[in-house]
Amino acid sequence: MKPFAFERARNVDHALSLAAAAPGARFLAGGTNLLDLMKLEIEQPDTLIDVGRLPLADISETAGGGLRIGALATNTLVASDPRVRSRYPVLARAILSGSCVQLRNKASMGGNLMQRTRCAYFMDPAMPCNKRLPGSGCSAMGGLSQAIALFGASEFCVAVSASDMSVALAVLDAEVETVRADGSVRRRPVETLHRLPGDAPQVDTDLAPDELILAVELPPPPSGGQVWRKVRARASYVGALASIAVAGDRVALGAVAARPWRARATEAALAGGASPREAAEAELVSASGADGRKSLVRRLATDAIQESRKGGRS
Amino acid sequence: MSTVRDWAVPNPITENRSGLIGKPVDRYEGRLKVTGTAPYAFEVETPSTPLYGHIVSATIARGRITAIDLSQAASAPGVVLAWSHLDVPVQAQRGAKLNPRSQRGSNPALGSDRVEHYGQSIAFILADTPENARSAEARIRISYEASDADLDFGSFIDSAGPVPGEEDARIGDFEAGYSASEVTVDATWFSPLQNHAQMEPCATTAWWEGDKVVVHTSIQMVKGGQHALAETLGIPSDRVRLLTRYIGGGFGGKGQSYDDLTLAALAARESGRPVRVAYTRRQMFQATVHRPAVQMRVRLGADGTGRLNAMALEAVTHCARNSTFVEHAAEFARNLYAAPHRLTGHRLVRLDIPHAGAMRAPGEAPGMLSLECAMDELADRLGMDPIALRIRNEPEVDPDNAKPFSIRQLVRCMQEGAQQFGWDRRNPTPGAVRDGRWYVGMGMATAIRGNFLLPAKAGLRLTGDGLATLTQGMTDIGTGTYTILAQITGETLGLPLDQVRVELGDSDMPPAPGSGGQFGAATAGSAAFETGMVMRRRLAELATSDPRSPLYGEDPVLMDFANGNIVLGNRSESLAALASRAGPEGVYVEGSISPAADARDWSQHTYGAQFAEVGVDSVTGEVRLRRMFGVFAAGRILNAKLAKSQITGGMIWGVGAALTESNAVDPRYGSFLNQDLGGYLAPVHADIVNLDAVLLDEADDKANPMGIKGVGELGICGSGAAIANAVYNACGVRLRDYPLTPDKVLAALEAKGL
Repeated sequence: MKPFAFERARNVDHALSLAAAAPGARFLAGGTNLLDLMKLEIEQPDTLIDVGRLPLADISETAGGGLRIGALATNTLVASDPRVRSRYPVLARAILSGSCVQLRNKASMGGNLMQRTRCAYFMDPAMPCNKRLPGSGCSAMGGLSQAIALFGASEFCVAVSASDMSVALAVLDAEVETVRADGSVRRRPVETLHRLPGDAPQVDTDLAPDELILAVELPPPPSGGQVWRKVRARASYVGALASIAVAGDRVALGAVAARPWRARATEAALAGGASPREAAEAELVSASGADGRKSLVRRLATDAIQESRKGGRS
Repeated sequence: MSTVRDWAVPNPITENRSGLIGKPVDRYEGRLKVTGTAPYAFEVETPSTPLYGHIVSATIARGRITAIDLSQAASAPGVVLAWSHLDVPVQAQRGAKLNPRSQRGSNPALGSDRVEHYGQSIAFILADTPENARSAEARIRISYEASDADLDFGSFIDSAGPVPGEEDARIGDFEAGYSASEVTVDATWFSPLQNHAQMEPCATTAWWEGDKVVVHTSIQMVKGGQHALAETLGIPSDRVRLLTRYIGGGFGGKGQSYDDLTLAALAARESGRPVRVAYTRRQMFQATVHRPAVQMRVRLGADGTGRLNAMALEAVTHCARNSTFVEHAAEFARNLYAAPHRLTGHRLVRLDIPHAGAMRAPGEAPGMLSLECAMDELADRLGMDPIALRIRNEPEVDPDNAKPFSIRQLVRCMQEGAQQFGWDRRNPTPGAVRDGRWYVGMGMATAIRGNFLLPAKAGLRLTGDGLATLTQGMTDIGTGTYTILAQITGETLGLPLDQVRVELGDSDMPPAPGSGGQFGAATAGSAAFETGMVMRRRLAELATSDPRSPLYGEDPVLMDFANGNIVLGNRSESLAALASRAGPEGVYVEGSISPAADARDWSQHTYGAQFAEVGVDSVTGEVRLRRMFGVFAAGRILNAKLAKSQITGGMIWGVGAALTESNAVDPRYGSFLNQDLGGYLAPVHADIVNLDAVLLDEADDKANPMGIKGVGELGICGSGAAIANAVYNACGVRLRDYPLTPDKVLAALEAKGL
């Protein structure tokens, strides 16, 4: 681990001014991903700004009938909140399928969104990786890992997002609220918080260095069934081979792209009266990658959409 | 030398009057470990403030270091010294033995400019903190000249060669027998490279006391580690004191020492300070041994009634280029089923990857994943129940050598297991049982694993406070050795457990071979028992020859031991009083065990039957265990709780082997794909539901004086095959490429049009 300066933010303004003053700084919340990566020297921030004690952990009702979840609400708190469980079961289930209980107790809402890919070649500092060391190449291409993007990959990076939670947030049309040092507050859909790799896979999100996540806002849940499924070799503590969140007529796929992947083509096909299987196929038309992965997504999406239409909550 | 006849005589263990043998006593060090208060090798107290070493690993598979510049690293904050092959202190040549009786030869670290596998140690940094030592690694400048490396096992299988010094085992005429068989199976299985993934990484704390080095290290064999370090340093072994008191898992991977031991000792000598060195989690995958991949072709030929006529298991496996290790994956089959025409053998591929080595049940663990599925396929082809097929082929004597069995309760294991598991509820038609979107199926397999007794010694001291302290250069790698040795000693001397102490893991103590090959309990335990018997005789002589004892003048052979007393009729004296009179040091004796002269006249194994019920997700191909049950026969059980824990732990390893665990060598770099516990998928709690095991009442009087046998490796044997057979029964898919991950299951389902 590289030596680094540690600052504890007293309030949001203090956190932002610290960030503005230290361009290489990173915000630290639960630390469940950032600290691991620092130990491997994949992340080498000069300064850590501890935002973990800021008063951003509340979950509250919004005027519009949705929920506002503070950036520092732990994954466990969100998944066990009765309002989340009853109105957004897809989110509770997605969170509970991620990681393990010890990490969910520490991991925060904002930190979960900011977690980096678990691509085996990104995680191995000895391997070429454009996301870790721009210009060094992509070992995952032609490599052994199955966790390869089906959508939105570039010739520089094929890594997929590791966040289960963000898939559910995307299907719920959640928005991320951020603030910068100049006081500007911005909202953007969770779906577009993460960049596709393009020619700069080292940049995961479009957040500015001095931009801090304050909260995630959920609009009222859509009508219709909500379904969450995560496919994996073992029953816990492993990333998805593929995941899916369905809420009403919306569909999002996980572990298939660098961001949670709203399956717009599937949604459009469903709106046009296509069968679940035809709708799943509509999205896969634009997919690249191995046939087995596409088969898995096709079957998973078909089944999950069918189940959501029965009002299912599996 | 004794014979097994001597062992058959009743003794305090077989009589078990105070009931300590078999009692489900909690592990003595269990609370210490789970509360983080058991000091592991990296954590032991040091005589002064320690320094911290970090090992730097090669990032090519094969070649030479053409240039290495450590100057920037050596001047980094906190760094005390940095070594490469150019400046590491002199060590003996690899394999050299100063003392011909050493169990291991020299194992130098950073010995040359050659890189023989990815992850090999190439440099070492010593600093005031572990963070500074690791951080300085980035300042090393290194150039390699890479050579061609053989990395991909699959592409060299066809050119596999014979194992030096071994021939195929042939009985009868396999080819003729096979071609004359009415029903045959001919299929090939593949099991991948696996890692041990111990919780505690390899680690050493070392310091010097004059010309003697004291090392605390995490190792399964005390003597092996002591000798390896002494030979590497070129000093007599009595100048190395090796301690290993608490170990966080070994599984065979710590059967040898690694560079942490050597470099800690060298750096402590050079710096004059205690030094701690630990492997990183990633180094544990690539700088220690692994279980090699195995390709196994199985051919079975039977008559229409299921009687086996011919059986062949041909294994191809791999090891490092300069290694002698062989995964004997076909060997277990020699002793399992009757068949007149038999062939078993092994072929070897030499690769430029990290060393293959022993991992829990080497041989059986990957080997039984094939034969036990081939038997399932044969049963299916014959329309027979898989248990009936196995009973049909139960031998009367060992089919390999015609020796009688010491005891063999395999059939009883299968029958009792079938009854308790509810095997009669299995629908033999694959794909017939559904639960929502899940296919549900049951499978079974047998388990067999050898039992061994090696020579061992122990020391036992009785002191005036009435405490008996057993000392032995043995290890407890998390299996419960401390606890069972206390039970044996207490029962032998008639002492309650709170008056027995056990001290292990010190090369100054009477030697035992350590933990491995499921020989630990029988070997160390038998030595403890014999030592207890020596103590009984000594105490009887002391009492009957001492006028101050109420037992003075009596015949010492008539003495009994109970409740902390030596007893004859209604007269008795406390052991504490006897020990007090003997002097301030009390009474100390040593004892030993050796294999009986005629021990090899019997075929001796542990056995079991494994049963599994799985669900296969018809949409995604995910396989989930629903329940698992096994019945095992492994001699007299010393501690019902710990024996069951060993067995169920082994069964869980089989779940991993069947469903999740594998590592792959990247053919471009020679590195392993998975280098942390998030990527290398050992089963987690959520994978293991409703898993239980039963141990049959048994005593094997040909095994050792106590009639006990090993349980550490039996549970993994056949476990994965039972799961694979359950997957077939669930969905009709025969997958022979382990582990049965969702991608493979889904592809097979789609190929069947499902």
